[in-house]
Amino acid sequence: MKKANKLLKEIVVLIFALLFLSPIYIVFANSFKDRGELYESVLALPSSYSFQYYLQAMERMNFISAFGNSLVVTAVSIFFLVILSSMTAWMLARTNNKLSKIIFMSFIATMLIPFQTIMMPLIQFMDQIMRLTNIPMLNTHGGLIFMHIGFNSALSIFLYHGFITTIPKSLEEAATIDGCSKFMLFWKIVLPMLKPITVTVIILNVIQIWNDFLLPSLVLTSPGLRTIPLTTFYFFGQFTIQWNLAMAGLTLTLIPIVIFYLFAQKHIIKGIGEGAIK
Amino acid sequence: MKKKNRVVYSIFTGPLVTIFSIVVLIPFIVGIYYSFFEWDGIRTNPMTFVGLDNYLRLISDQQFINSAILTIKFTFIAVISVNLLGLGFALLVTSKLKMVNPARTMFFMPNLIGGLILGYIWQFIFSDAFRLIGENTGFQAIFRNWLLDSSLALYAMVIVFSWQMAGYMMVIYIAGIQGIPGETLEAAKIDGASAWQRLKNITLPLLMPSFTICLFLTLSFGFKIYDVNLALTEGGPAGSTELFALHIYNEIFGRYNYGYGQAKAVVFFLMVAAVTLTQVYITKKREVEM
Repeated sequence: MKKANKLLKEIVVLIFALLFLSPIYIVFANSFKDRGELYESVLALPSSYSFQYYLQAMERMNFISAFGNSLVVTAVSIFFLVILSSMTAWMLARTNNKLSKIIFMSFIATMLIPFQTIMMPLIQFMDQIMRLTNIPMLNTHGGLIFMHIGFNSALSIFLYHGFITTIPKSLEEAATIDGCSKFMLFWKIVLPMLKPITVTVIILNVIQIWNDFLLPSLVLTSPGLRTIPLTTFYFFGQFTIQWNLAMAGLTLTLIPIVIFYLFAQKHIIKGIGEGAIK
Repeated sequence: MKKKNRVVYSIFTGPLVTIFSIVVLIPFIVGIYYSFFEWDGIRTNPMTFVGLDNYLRLISDQQFINSAILTIKFTFIAVISVNLLGLGFALLVTSKLKMVNPARTMFFMPNLIGGLILGYIWQFIFSDAFRLIGENTGFQAIFRNWLLDSSLALYAMVIVFSWQMAGYMMVIYIAGIQGIPGETLEAAKIDGASAWQRLKNITLPLLMPSFTICLFLTLSFGFKIYDVNLALTEGGPAGSTELFALHIYNEIFGRYNYGYGQAKAVVFFLMVAAVTLTQVYITKKREVEM
């Protein structure tokens, strides 16, 4: 009796979880159906699997190029975010003076500012920098990466700072007495110790930067530079009625996310939990 | 600080502080300055100083007030729905079942999908899929196009937002639940407390710190919602779902009211800051009393 009860509970939990993800199933199943089949039943499995809508969607979305753009923008932004924010957070946490406190507090305080409050003056300012110095801040991946670093630095600093204050100074002090320079100390001793929180920082920033739409939509104007969310937006603007094509396009955008999730699943859930609790 | 230390200090902190200032701090301050001007965003056109006029105009701007009320309504319902779902999931997946791990993974999954893509997925569900299910089954009271109905479209957004955020909150609640000492619950059980009593008198009060974090996150994410709004409803039908972030975007980049739109953006910041800080203050105070 008790065993049967437990089995029932297992099944209920599973059905609940599957129902929760049913929208993804609906998108996937309908990406293979033609109009007639779609109108017959939205929920049924497709009767045949042909990838013609996928090939069409890939071509119209310029998917390969968008994927490459998203990958470059996300990877480079995160590389710099990890290096720069760990360096900054370590210096701020280990130098106990007024300046450090002011810098740290200004990072934290800005976390409350909505992006919409900054977007217009930001674009104006970037435009001004471009005209004064000829540095191409707008309509380049470099400029977008620069802005991603700026917007995501506060959270990264916050996480690193919180972690650094929990690790003892003794190892660093010993290395300093042995004549280790600050740079060597950071590279050889501190950065490796920060590995657990670095995983959290990377994951949170991957989710944020990979999915960001508004910032790239304001910065990038050339179609060739578009990231996945941008190309999806323009794709839907053009083809609102062709739903099977749209479903194929959406499934394409989900593939990289699902692969990322399968590989890093454990780290993601753990990282999110730790990130929020800090 | 010695001179050499000062150089090292600047090398470590300088680059990020510079980037951060250029991208966040300076635009934030310049934004406040812009909000005192009337300007259409074209560089060669003059900017006219209007003082506090932009802010005074807000009081009688019906669209702005509607959007503010909608945002508050949306956030209020969404915060309740996300946290109930998240807490429910967390209680479900901290039991001793085998399905717990796969379920956890599946509940969290939508959080990885960006708001824009989520919006498009659900646009299909709420419009075509719902309509077709309704036509095929006859349940047209529920299964019709939600996005064309101005009284339902906002709830469609609540559902999408809950679908996106519930897994995230679940993860935080799980951490909270796992931090509750097993002996306390065991002792209560031996003393004859029912499952509901244990939940109400032990688990929930001890989860207060998790509530603080979850309420803070859902409040600020709810207030700032944009991508889902744009992809799912674009503010329609008839402006019935134009929430604050989208309203500001439309004011600045749609109607080219750069100065006036920026004044709205500044007010938006003040609202977000006020609400989230008040919430943290209140829940923190309750935590201490526990």
